[in-house]
Amino acid sequence: MKYWLKRNTLLWAGLIALTYLLLHILIALGIINNVYQTVLMTIGINIILAVSLNLIIGVTGQFSLGHAGFMVIGAYSCGVILKHVTAGLAGVFVGIAIGILISAAVALIVAIPTLRLKGDYLAIATLGFGEIIRIVILNMEITNGAAGLILPKAVSWQMIFWAVVICTVIIVNFGTSAHGRACISVREDEIAAEAMGINTTQYKILAFVIGAMIASVAGALYAGAFYVIKPDMFTYSKSIDILVLVVFGGMGSITGSFISSVLVSILNTALQQFSSIRMIVYGLALVAIMVFRPSGLLGRKEFTFSGLMKKLDQKKGAAS
Amino acid sequence: MLKINKLSVHYGVIQALKQVSLEVNAGEIVALIGANGAGKTTLLHAISGLVKKSEGDIEFLDHSLGKATSRVIVSKGITQVPEGRRIFPDMSVTENLLMGAYLRKDKKGIEEDILKVFERFPRLEERKKQLAGTLSGGEQQMLAMGRALMARPKLLLLDEPSMGLSPLLVKEIFSIITEINRQGTTVLLVEQNARMALQIADRAYVMENGNIVLSGTGKELAASDEIKKAYLGG
Repeated sequence: MKYWLKRNTLLWAGLIALTYLLLHILIALGIINNVYQTVLMTIGINIILAVSLNLIIGVTGQFSLGHAGFMVIGAYSCGVILKHVTAGLAGVFVGIAIGILISAAVALIVAIPTLRLKGDYLAIATLGFGEIIRIVILNMEITNGAAGLILPKAVSWQMIFWAVVICTVIIVNFGTSAHGRACISVREDEIAAEAMGINTTQYKILAFVIGAMIASVAGALYAGAFYVIKPDMFTYSKSIDILVLVVFGGMGSITGSFISSVLVSILNTALQQFSSIRMIVYGLALVAIMVFRPSGLLGRKEFTFSGLMKKLDQKKGAAS
Repeated sequence: MLKINKLSVHYGVIQALKQVSLEVNAGEIVALIGANGAGKTTLLHAISGLVKKSEGDIEFLDHSLGKATSRVIVSKGITQVPEGRRIFPDMSVTENLLMGAYLRKDKKGIEEDILKVFERFPRLEERKKQLAGTLSGGEQQMLAMGRALMARPKLLLLDEPSMGLSPLLVKEIFSIITEINRQGTTVLLVEQNARMALQIADRAYVMENGNIVLSGTGKELAASDEIKKAYLGG
C-alpha cells in the first residue's frame, strides 16, 4: 500500500514536471504563441476555480452559486494592490494573501448561518451574496467602479502553472484525509454522518471556506494576468460557468475538473471565430454531455495511473 | 443505564413524543414496538441528539445528557443504526467502517475492530473494497450494524433492522443482534416486526401516538391478547 502510494506520487510528480517542460519547449519553439499562452493561462485559472468549487459541490455536496463572488474578491484585492501599492510579483503575493483573508472572512459570514440548515439554502444565499460583493465593488472608489482597473501584467504562465499544482495538491490532500472522508460522508448521508458523531455543520463550513479562499487565488491570478478587471466580468453567470466545469468533469472528481477545464476552455477559444453561433454550439455540447454522460465525463471516479495500467492489462489480455 | 424521563419532542406544532418515560438496564435487549408514526424513530433520534427535545430529560450512565450534541453522545457510548441503513453508498465497505470509528483516535484498536466486524460478518470481508451502494439489502444492514459497532458502543440503538429484508435474513440479523448483546452491548431495538422483536427482547414497550401505552417483559407482551390483536395478526 505504502509502496503504491509513493509510486503514485512519483508518477504524478513526473507528469507535472513533464508537462511543465513540454510547455516550456513549445513556447520556446514558438508553437505556443502569445494567443495560445492566453488560452493556457485561462485554462489554469479555470482549473483552480473548478477544483475549488468541486471541493464544495462535489466532495461535500453543498450547492454554491456564488463562486464568482470569491473570485472577484481575489481579483480586486490583487488589482488594488498592484494599482495603488506596489506592482510586480510582490504586489501579486500581497494581493493573493489579502484576497485569501477577505474571502475567508466573507465565506464564514455566509456559511455560518446558512450551512447550519439542511437543504438548498446555501445556493440561494451564495447567489445573492456573490451579487452583493460585486455591487459593493461597483460602488467603491478604490476599485474605480464600473470602469474597472487597468493593470500592469504581473503574472506569468509559469506562476499560474505552479498555483494550479499547489491548489490541487492542497485540495487532493484535504479530500483524501480523515477530514475529507468526513466531508464525503456529509454528501453521502447527512443524518448518518451526524449519527456517527461528525459535526456536519463544521465540515460544510470548512469545505466552503477552503473553496472560497482558493477561488480568490484564481481571481488574484486573473487580475495579474489579464490587464483589465471590471465588475461585470464576475456576475452570477461567471459562477454558472464554473459550475458547468464541475458538472461537466464529474462532481467529486478532481481529475474530471482538470479535463473539463481544458476541454471547455479550448472549445470556447475555438468557437470565438464563430461568435454568432458560439453559444449555440457551446450549449449543444453541454446538452450532449448530459445526455451521454449524465454524471459528467468521469463521474465520481478519478483518473489514476494504477487504473490506467489495469485497463491496459485488460486490453492486452483481450488481444492475446 | 439509560433513563428517559417525561421526554417530549415537537416538530413545529405537532407533538411527536408526549412525555415518554422509558428505561434500559445494562445488558438488556429492550424492544420498542408500535405502528407507523407512533414516535419510535423520533425517540431514537432524540436519544442520539439528532432532534431537539422540547421537554424532559435523558440520563445515560447516571449523567444527564442535557443538550449534548450527537458528537458528545456518540463519544459517551450511544450509537445508532439508523432506519433504512443509511450507509454511505459511494464509499467502500472499509471506508464506511472507518467512518463509524470517526471519533476514535486509537489506530490499532480501530484496525482490530475492523477485523472483528469482518469476523462477525464474513460477507463484508469478501466485499471490503466494493462500494457500499452495490451491496444487497441484507449486506447493507450488516454494514450499518458493523459501522455502528466500530464506535464501540455501550448502548446500541437499532432502528428497524428488519426493514425490507427476506424472512431468512431477518432471522439472521436477529440472531446477530442477540449475539452482539451476549457479548456485552446493551440494545434498544425499534421494530415493526413485533413477533421477532418480542422473541429476543428481555423487555418491551409499546408506543402509540407518541405515548407509551404498554410495557412488560417480551414474553408477557407476546402472550397478551391486546398485542396479539394489534401487532401479531390475531
